[in-house]
Amino acid sequence: MLQVILKRIAIAIPVILVVASVTFFLVRMAPGGPFDAEKVVPPQVMKNLNAVYNLDAPLIIQYRDYMVNLIQGDFGPSFRYPGRSVTEMIYTGLPVTFELAFYAIIVAMIIGVLAGVIAAVKRNTMLDYIPMTIAMIGICMPTFLLGPLLVLFFGIQLELLPVSGWDSLAGDKILPSITLGAAYAAYIARLSRGGMLETLSQDYVRTARAKGLPEYKVIINHALQGGLVPVVSFLGPATAGLIGGSFVVETIFQIPGLGRFYVEAAFNRDYTMILGTTIFFSTLIIFFNLLSDIAVLLMNPRARSEA
Amino acid sequence: MKIKYLSYFFLLNFILACSPSISPVDDGLEKQILHFGNGTEPQGLDPHIVTGVPEHHLLISLCEGLTIANPRGGENLPGVAESWQISEDGKTYTFFLNKSAKWSNGDLLVAEDFVWSWERILTPSLGSQYPDMLYYLEGASDFHQGKTSDFTSVGVKAIDDHVLEVKLKNPTPFFIKLLSHYSTYPVHKKTVLQHGTIDDRNGQWTRPGNFVCNGPMNLKTWELNKEIIVEKNPLYWDAQNVKLNQIIYYPVTNESTEDRMFRAGQLHVTNVVPLEKCPVYIENKNPNLRIEPYMGTYFYRVNTLHPILKDKKIRQALAFAINRKQIVEKVSKCGQQAAYSFTPPGSAGYEPDTEVPFNPELAKSLLAEAGYEDGKNFPLLEILFNTQEGHRKIALAIQQMWQENLGISVQLVNQDWKVYLAREMTGDFQISRAGWIGDYEDPNTFLDTLRPNRGNNKTGWENKEYDRLVELANKTNDQEKRYEYLNEAEKILIDEMPIIPIYTYVRQYQLSNDVKGWYPNLLDTHHPKFIYLER
Repeated sequence: MLQVILKRIAIAIPVILVVASVTFFLVRMAPGGPFDAEKVVPPQVMKNLNAVYNLDAPLIIQYRDYMVNLIQGDFGPSFRYPGRSVTEMIYTGLPVTFELAFYAIIVAMIIGVLAGVIAAVKRNTMLDYIPMTIAMIGICMPTFLLGPLLVLFFGIQLELLPVSGWDSLAGDKILPSITLGAAYAAYIARLSRGGMLETLSQDYVRTARAKGLPEYKVIINHALQGGLVPVVSFLGPATAGLIGGSFVVETIFQIPGLGRFYVEAAFNRDYTMILGTTIFFSTLIIFFNLLSDIAVLLMNPRARSEA
Repeated sequence: MKIKYLSYFFLLNFILACSPSISPVDDGLEKQILHFGNGTEPQGLDPHIVTGVPEHHLLISLCEGLTIANPRGGENLPGVAESWQISEDGKTYTFFLNKSAKWSNGDLLVAEDFVWSWERILTPSLGSQYPDMLYYLEGASDFHQGKTSDFTSVGVKAIDDHVLEVKLKNPTPFFIKLLSHYSTYPVHKKTVLQHGTIDDRNGQWTRPGNFVCNGPMNLKTWELNKEIIVEKNPLYWDAQNVKLNQIIYYPVTNESTEDRMFRAGQLHVTNVVPLEKCPVYIENKNPNLRIEPYMGTYFYRVNTLHPILKDKKIRQALAFAINRKQIVEKVSKCGQQAAYSFTPPGSAGYEPDTEVPFNPELAKSLLAEAGYEDGKNFPLLEILFNTQEGHRKIALAIQQMWQENLGISVQLVNQDWKVYLAREMTGDFQISRAGWIGDYEDPNTFLDTLRPNRGNNKTGWENKEYDRLVELANKTNDQEKRYEYLNEAEKILIDEMPIIPIYTYVRQYQLSNDVKGWYPNLLDTHHPKFIYLER
């Protein structure tokens, strides 16, 4: 197993370097610069600004300098927010995004696994059709629709929960976590139903039943471990997706997470911020994929022996 | 049965836990805390580096210039300068500073602080984006452009601790108004130098704990993308008249989120009203909706270097084929006023005497005179605009008007903000949507932009007579005479039509009825020292 992990890490490093290089040149190819504004900056000022941020150097020199700094762990200063470094901004937004993703994954797991398992056990009954139809709607419904709908109902009509904020008012984390978790809950429900159906038809489950075990024990002790393998493999990319894709929820609920910095950096042509966040997110995706692969190896003896 | 009762118990608990006991707006009323929707996350709090409206809202709380904008509009009020004298030729200003003006750390604010601060903003290597606000001073542009490195050649001098003398190149009747703009604010030399050099853009002096300035409020906390809290500065020279204890600025980029926050009692004032909500709120007579005159013009910029559009008759034909009234009543639908001049009417008492008729017949005949009878053989015309629903709707309406009234084909080109800016800058457009908001209440802030060699002109249009008249106006001390010259210049501009005015902006936002001391004004400046909360 250690060999597998080391191999994956060895592949990850050049992947990150390629991502950094491609992003570096792509952002500079995009029309418009970080200091373009509706109120035009006088040429003299633009010259000074370019000099301050090393943008007057040849592109290849800028690339070399950036990569040298990157290897030392320095993402550089933000162009949009003078006095802030990209590393500082990632550190500021990341805990919030992580927390949001964590709650969302909990919501997704509880709702998804429960619905999926019930649907599989009560196959072809209303308890199968109803959760699976809701799951399909959940997959199709975008967060920018679900979020405002939840806010209108729970925040404005019932006045039960705050409509926005994070760590400011009591209960302000509930609606964003549900909104972000809902789509993933739907995926997990479908995956766990599929996994459980396959496991429930296995011989060892039949043996357990034949031995006279009560049904809940068969499901919890015997079927669940195998049935949830597809869910676990999905959790890695899902967590990375939750972190990278939380932008919409962060905007709807006014949450100071990293997703907002990421997208706004692209609009502002904040070169260093775009690069920093892209590299950071790529690393996260690679890391979470590795984690879920390890979990699958631990849960599935067949995969372990193949590895 | 037990399970049933248990679930009821949990549900009840959930509901009780969730119910917010008191909304921030109600809580704010008691504690005099204003909850302020501030658009985007500010770039920073260094008045010499940042640009933008959210930054302006914060900086008028935290710092103060020689004058402050009048909350009811009109002439500026004393700020750090308690009075001033202007020489007869209008070129020398002597400011008498308030002797009780202090920095938030208790240091006395002296005239030399302004001299050093203005040296800082004019230091080329700082890369300030607003040095031109001080270009009216003798020698300022030469210093900023590196023609001299001797700051004593710039027309600002501390006569003593409390007297500041400023020498201008020309009499500039709106100079006092410039002094309430944050780019002219003083910064605390010791603090700035403690965290960097005079030209350090990345100095940490603006962080909570480090920040020292001289406004009615002090910086308390700053959480990125969440909120900035400022609290009353007890050392402010007019602290006894400041009623608010705190202002919390929220960087809410999403208009719908902001609207929901207002409805849920989380904000006293919003930055905007969502485009689609405005007509609904007008119809429902929403008591919190505010629609107020604003010193801004929405217009179409014409590339006069384009082979077709260099013909004045074509530009006029395009302008006369637009039904502005219909645009404001049926498309923008939020109280905007049809515009017939570049400078919004009523700016500091200036009333432009220009007309842009909606006359399809005249427009057609002008197009025919230019060689395109009924629009035949007229090449496909492009309207460039940045991605926003409001711009798209207006472009669609104008596309249809030009097609119907002139018989020409029009294509809409929608671009991302930075791409749109880059295309405008390089002249890679035919017609582009644009907006201009005044920096100070004077027609010069509009008319100056269309002089030759001004970066914001972007139309390629140059007119010597226009340039001469605006220059002449800036050298004239007599306001009436000055406005005559500017009106003449405006007539030339509207006749030549390098820009096609569409409508005059309004400020549309929501304001809680608890907010008092908040008055409509053209620049939309609401100084916190006049605001208080009362129900």
